[in-house]
Amino acid sequence: MALVEIDDLHVSFSQHEGLVQAVRGVSFELQAGESLGIVGESGSGKSVTCSALLRLLRVPPARITARRMRLDGHDILAAGNREMSALRGRVAAMVFQDPMTSLDPVFTVGHQISETIMAHRKVSKAEALEQAIALLRRVEIKNAEAVVRYYPHQLSGGMLQRVMIAIALSCEPAVLIADEPTTALDVTIQAQILQLIKDIQAETGMGLIMITHDLGVIAETVDRVLVMYGGKVMETGPVGDIFAHPLHPYTKALLNSIPGQKPGKQRLVEIPGASPNPARPPNGCPFHPRCPMAIVTCHQATPPLETKRPGRQAACIRVEAEMALA
Amino acid sequence: MSEAALELRQVTKRFGDVVAVDRVDLAVPRNRVVALVGESGSGKTTTGLMALRLVTPSAGQILLEGEDITALGQKQLKPHRRRMQVVFQDSYASLDPMMTLGEIIAEPLGIHQVGTPAERREQAQGWLEKVGLDGSYANRYPHELSGGQRQRVAVARALILGASVLVADEPTSALDVSVKAQIVNLLQSLQEQMGLSILFISHDLSVVRSLADEVVVMLRGRVVERAPTDRIFAAARHPYTQSLLDAVPVVDPSRRRRRTFLSAEEIAARTPRVRPHELEAPPPVDTAEPQLVALAGSHFVEAIVTERAA
Repeated sequence: MALVEIDDLHVSFSQHEGLVQAVRGVSFELQAGESLGIVGESGSGKSVTCSALLRLLRVPPARITARRMRLDGHDILAAGNREMSALRGRVAAMVFQDPMTSLDPVFTVGHQISETIMAHRKVSKAEALEQAIALLRRVEIKNAEAVVRYYPHQLSGGMLQRVMIAIALSCEPAVLIADEPTTALDVTIQAQILQLIKDIQAETGMGLIMITHDLGVIAETVDRVLVMYGGKVMETGPVGDIFAHPLHPYTKALLNSIPGQKPGKQRLVEIPGASPNPARPPNGCPFHPRCPMAIVTCHQATPPLETKRPGRQAACIRVEAEMALA
Repeated sequence: MSEAALELRQVTKRFGDVVAVDRVDLAVPRNRVVALVGESGSGKTTTGLMALRLVTPSAGQILLEGEDITALGQKQLKPHRRRMQVVFQDSYASLDPMMTLGEIIAEPLGIHQVGTPAERREQAQGWLEKVGLDGSYANRYPHELSGGQRQRVAVARALILGASVLVADEPTSALDVSVKAQIVNLLQSLQEQMGLSILFISHDLSVVRSLADEVVVMLRGRVVERAPTDRIFAAARHPYTQSLLDAVPVVDPSRRRRRTFLSAEEIAARTPRVRPHELEAPPPVDTAEPQLVALAGSHFVEAIVTERAA
């Protein structure tokens, strides 16, 4: 049984300018111990997908429908709030981009880690604090006995993100969902946090969903990739194959636009235009207005996500034509 | 003319007891792009603000096209501001939400009393097109634009007075990958067309590699290394520069590796040692302390000179 099963997820928000369709038919599975990267730009629906999975969206304004959405076998669509609270943290825990807004400024770090431990397990306050110290050591915080008494403002961004990871790990979740965990951090700290997440994943065998806009982060951390654009999955496959032989024109364009791949001052390969407005998505394939391969059919019908090669799926009717060109 | 478009000499900024910028030397030659890189707290942004005279240095000199502007008052600075402009990271915060894009772009012309209102409108229209936006955008408002489009407007506003020096502070950091390349390319083509000199402040070494002629690396308020871009990427000498380069994610899953990280103490302990014969010029000071020394190939690094030359 898969740890995460999502089948045909749709999420929309009613706003004054109309219905914003953030996620439009996303399906994927995550097996135990597997790491999946969800890559996309702002508005692609990558974060909303995972927030829906943990039922972190308020309904309404959100409207969530799916053929099936399961977390470790539990039906998320049918689960009551109590069941969801138990699943969050124990089955799946999430780490967000900005640790400063996730932590409460008026409580010590130790208090906030212990609080999570006590919410899920019957342990005394003293035992919880002991476990908090052990968790801080696990995320490689030196001097953990002192750091538990610190308040969030006394820690650097990198340290705070380590604390968030400690909280996420406190109930030994089967899957860790990291939503842009390193985007707000300095480059050297970013590399350290990614290494930490990889080490912990290897050590515990937990599943990992890494949500990011950064293809470099994907290349460094995960086994399998889901490329999202305009609320839809454009392409999915093993990370090595996606980077070596991208099938979808969007994935190709994205890989080509990464700066600094070659030495020397040079023009970069741009993707013309801008990402679609989720309140007014284009008809047909969401990428067609920016796609160099687009033909009339691309404007008219939404291409289904189909298996193009073993283990590889893409939502593009032009893949075969492009392969013939190459 | 040989003088640099923008030059900072031994510039220092103290905030109380904190030395945010410590005796920084920096020069942007005409028609060149110099990247100032470093992490948060390195002093790179404060250095940029001092260059613009938006923050007053505690010591040192700032020269704009050879003219010392360090001691000028706001009124005296006004004519110089036409020559030096800025683009910030967050164009949502730096564009007035109540003004149309046409008004935003034309505003500097009004402040400097250039042309009639009709001429200003026309120029703003022209600049919209130069930065790749349709002329019809003149009547729109900032909230109607995407992040990349807003950054184009910020560039147009910065350059409409014909500035020759542009300070760009993380102009692409808030942008999506697919749009980042558009803005980097726009800056590059405007730089070539207008003969602009750009001080490009960024933590993103990937962008720096494709855009800059020279890289200046700052750590805790000090310049620790400075060299032509290709040299920085091929032969960085300072351990901090090396760790910055090593931290950049490699966009190739087949080249994954386990990383090791240097602490601040380890970086300090690994201060490069340079022998006198490697020096291109005698060290500025006769000391056993680390100092910025000149190596071959316009390469400067903060190092300890191991033996005194005879």
